[in-house]
Amino acid sequence: MLKDITLGQFFPGNSIVHRTDPRVKIVLVIGMIAALLLASGVFSYALMAVYLLLVIFVSKVHFKMVVRGLRPVLMIVVITAILNLFYTPGDIIWQWGFLHITKQGIYAAVEMVVRIMLLIIGTSMLTYTTSPIDLTEGLERLMSPLKKIHIPVHELAMVMSIALRFIPTLIEETEKIISAQKARGADFETGSVLKRAKAMVPILVPLFISSIRRAEELATAMECRLYRGDVGRTRMKQLRICSDDYISISVSAVIFTVVIVLGRFGL
Amino acid sequence: MSYILEVRDLTQIYSAGTPFERMALDHVNLQVKKGEILGIIGHTGSGKSTLIQHLNGLLKPTLGEILLDGKSIWNEKGKCDKNTRFRVGLVFQYPEYQLFEETIAKDIAFGPSNMELSQGEIDERVREAMKFVGLDESMRDISPFALSGGQKRRVAIAGIIAMRPDVLVLDEPTAGLDPAGRDELFEQILQYHKETGATILFVTHSMEDAARMSDRMLVMNHAKIMLLGTPKEVFSHTDEIIQAGLDIPEITKVMLELSKRGFNVDTSVFTVEDAIKAINAYKEGKSC
Repeated sequence: MLKDITLGQFFPGNSIVHRTDPRVKIVLVIGMIAALLLASGVFSYALMAVYLLLVIFVSKVHFKMVVRGLRPVLMIVVITAILNLFYTPGDIIWQWGFLHITKQGIYAAVEMVVRIMLLIIGTSMLTYTTSPIDLTEGLERLMSPLKKIHIPVHELAMVMSIALRFIPTLIEETEKIISAQKARGADFETGSVLKRAKAMVPILVPLFISSIRRAEELATAMECRLYRGDVGRTRMKQLRICSDDYISISVSAVIFTVVIVLGRFGL
Repeated sequence: MSYILEVRDLTQIYSAGTPFERMALDHVNLQVKKGEILGIIGHTGSGKSTLIQHLNGLLKPTLGEILLDGKSIWNEKGKCDKNTRFRVGLVFQYPEYQLFEETIAKDIAFGPSNMELSQGEIDERVREAMKFVGLDESMRDISPFALSGGQKRRVAIAGIIAMRPDVLVLDEPTAGLDPAGRDELFEQILQYHKETGATILFVTHSMEDAARMSDRMLVMNHAKIMLLGTPKEVFSHTDEIIQAGLDIPEITKVMLELSKRGFNVDTSVFTVEDAIKAINAYKEGKSC
């Protein structure tokens, strides 16, 4: 159950997608989102899908994992589709009471489903192929101009990388606690909503306590290594743009431009 | 001899059908006698933790079955009999991290109250369990979070004992305790065994502990049972144990070294007393 969460999960590899500079990947994901929002019409979406399939294929990330990453947003996709299907005005082709389906509604529903799915696949490819450390470093470097207006960019990036780092740990911990309480006869599956909510207490209390303990330990460990934030900190691995990045940038830029142009013409 | 627990052909495969597929248990067969103490030893990842989580139905077998008193714990509908959890009490590794209640007594009462017992019965069991693990009656209303690590662990173990399980399974109960705390805890477990006649299974990394505590020992390696028998039987296979990358008791090492240097002594001993006897026997054998 908890194992289905793939958010922030990284699949190590050595493909060009993996090797691309995290800053480039972040910018490309933003570009992809922009292109997706400007796309309209079969061809532009198809091209975008082909592009993402290419990324998946080149990166050698298992297709099953990509599909699994879609599962948590399934409800959102379904609700969006239903809302679009019934509430878009236009040429009515089916009607029952206050419910009506229009031609435009069908188009809008299909378009939204495709758009959301491609959006999720594209963004999850970023986290699948970029280690959390690279990802936050890329973000920090990209946002570093904001330091000038006193936004604590480094601290925010550190908070994010710690959060990402602890997702798998906390999942494992939660599973352990659930098993331990089940061994004492705890029942999480039956009873009223209130009863099930109450049954969460034996999980949440130990989980919070151990999270706080971990936070304390981590803070001590960081202080022992003389961590004092951004000032004077150097890096072992410097980010540098190289040939792999130029390939990624040019391929993606061409495709995004074509998608946007096709979208302008409604293709 | 009746078996309280029987494991038949138990196989567990994790993440089947994904690149992370891993066989955690490979056709394991095991019979646990009523009232015995069984020590389980094995490497990290040898499948021992998986095995014990099958015994109370926390995990569902990929293949095979588990019988409690001759009856499978999983029914035809694929549901686990609810009483299994109460009859086979499982103490996890570092159980102190599962505490959550405001007072020690309330925390220990969590298991028994899930059994839907009367309040009087629950109170009685809490008192009894606290006595078994050496917690004073006056500590009932203290918060478990105010205790030391060792005392927290006792509270957690008492929480399982309060269910009065017929089989008590402990996963590395003494991990992280100092030698005095370890001896005391083992003493209390033995006391519980003596007074209730419960069957005890415990996982440990220490060959010494396994050897001196258990009636029989189970050595696991690569998801399979490598050795099963009395400590004496198990330690007559020292070569295999060492090959599996496991340690043997220090005194057994001494005896092996002696035999390597040409003294023909019994090398399957695992306590200092037995070693003395074996050396004396060797000396006598030589003099006549």
